[in-house]
Amino acid sequence: MRRRQESAPVVSAEGFAVIATNVRRRFNDREVLRDVNLTIEGDEFVALLGRSGTGKSTLLRILGGLDTEYEGDVLVPERRAVVFQEARLIPWQRVLANVLLGLRPGEDGAGALKAKGLDALGEVELAEHARDWPLTLSGGEAQRVALARALVREPQLMLLDEPFGALDALTRIKMHALLQRLCERHRPAVLLVTHDVDEALLLADRAVVLVDGAISLDVRIDLERPRDRGDAAFVELRHRLLRELGVEERPPRSTVAPSEASEADFETTRLATTSPGRRRSDDPTPPPTI
Amino acid sequence: MSVTDLLTQRPRRESDDRDARTSDVIALTTPVPRGRRRRRWHVPRLLRRTVGPLIVLGVWQLACSLGVFTSFEVASPVAVFDAARQLWAEGVLQPNLLISLQRVAEGLGLGTAIGLTFAVISGLFWVGEDLLDPVIQAARAVPILGLVPLAIIWFGVGEVPKVFLIALGSTFAVYINTFAGIRGVDSKLVEAGQTFGLSRWGLVRRVILPGALPNFLVGLRLALVGCWLIVIVAEEINAQSGIGYLIMQAQTTGRTDIMMMGLAIYALLGILADAFVRLLERRLLTWRRGYAGA
Repeated sequence: MRRRQESAPVVSAEGFAVIATNVRRRFNDREVLRDVNLTIEGDEFVALLGRSGTGKSTLLRILGGLDTEYEGDVLVPERRAVVFQEARLIPWQRVLANVLLGLRPGEDGAGALKAKGLDALGEVELAEHARDWPLTLSGGEAQRVALARALVREPQLMLLDEPFGALDALTRIKMHALLQRLCERHRPAVLLVTHDVDEALLLADRAVVLVDGAISLDVRIDLERPRDRGDAAFVELRHRLLRELGVEERPPRSTVAPSEASEADFETTRLATTSPGRRRSDDPTPPPTI
Repeated sequence: MSVTDLLTQRPRRESDDRDARTSDVIALTTPVPRGRRRRRWHVPRLLRRTVGPLIVLGVWQLACSLGVFTSFEVASPVAVFDAARQLWAEGVLQPNLLISLQRVAEGLGLGTAIGLTFAVISGLFWVGEDLLDPVIQAARAVPILGLVPLAIIWFGVGEVPKVFLIALGSTFAVYINTFAGIRGVDSKLVEAGQTFGLSRWGLVRRVILPGALPNFLVGLRLALVGCWLIVIVAEEINAQSGIGYLIMQAQTTGRTDIMMMGLAIYALLGILADAFVRLLERRLLTWRRGYAGA
């Protein structure tokens, strides 16, 4: 338990959930975040992509107040909630107590708080497990409890750190749909850290790619929902993001005309070469050419 | 369904059209061995666990009855039981048993409280660990029985030196295990508690101490064993009461049966104490077994 450092004020400019400027973070000699500038609007769903070790979790931990030894300025709302890759439920507290962890009953009493917790569990369809021990839950159920624990705090900013990374593929599909429903209902700002490009494209309004500790690409995902992985625009964006992440995939066959494909190539190259870390994410990003 | 049925009902596959000479032919000649399901008698665990001790008792009784030992060397189980019954009837056993139990309860209570307190201080604060831990580790290395003469000088020959020695004998096991338990609490859970707004005290009370509870109970079990070892010595050296005192008395009168009775009582109490802590574990650690009812 480290003593908390005096950190940036926790008041946010109107309309924004995150304003982070010139954020740097080094661990000993290794510079994990070089110069990150990122804004997230009040109800925006941003996916933060990057290969392992590029600092995406570090950035999330800074926004969540879990890492206070950074440089730069970070403004975030007061009500934040984190969902980690592991559910991190306290094994010796029952499910409901886990959801209500750290919450104090307000003026309307303990009963009202409990009802709120049960409501949140109901939203993730686990109300009947309120009195169970966390160790009796499956991985997907535990992660849903973690979601309920975040939701019950009515967060203005939800920080999701690869929350579905440890789940099996079928459960993940269900969780994506659930998360989408919950976000539509509560409209928090969301930062989803992931290395799964498809996940980002299915869920987010915007994808931000972190390469070597700086943001190298920031694109709006203007695809209609519900999104279809087979959609040509989806495939094109997927290809582009993968390339940015350094994964060369065979270009999509027959879905994109050659002229458009080369235009997309050009766009990515431009972003990559114009001083990667300096790019302000609140610059208007030209919509992807699709 | 027979094997031929199975083969003829198989849907056609592309490979069926291939030339038989080019496809690999696998010889299916090895049936996988199948074990016969064994019927097991369902004997309750408690019963199964008493069989071993009963056999030991039987062999012991047999050896005595056959005259392998003289009754002065080894008293038979029956003789030991008779000695207990006789002492009980005379009203000698009860007060001595009670005083031994009282000493253990006081010593164990004190030792556990001290061990737990120090473990929490060392476990939660680095300064506490730096100050306390080396001292406790050094004290732990001192043979407790070597302290008996000093304890008599410090506390005289009353109850205090006995309780002191028993407390000392139980405190280290509690300290070491609880300390390890606190340090072993998953830091990810602590971090989760912090993000979700638990105060420092809330973290200690709801995350760290419950997390260290399994280790504490292990320490308690070890402490129970330890304090029965101490009590027998403490009571044999300078006491006018207690089971250990009865054993010493029996030595001067050559009553092997009473000496062995005393030892048997220690053994029984040890088993009971262990069973008690295991019951405690079952009640307190229900979350580990995923037991849903309360």
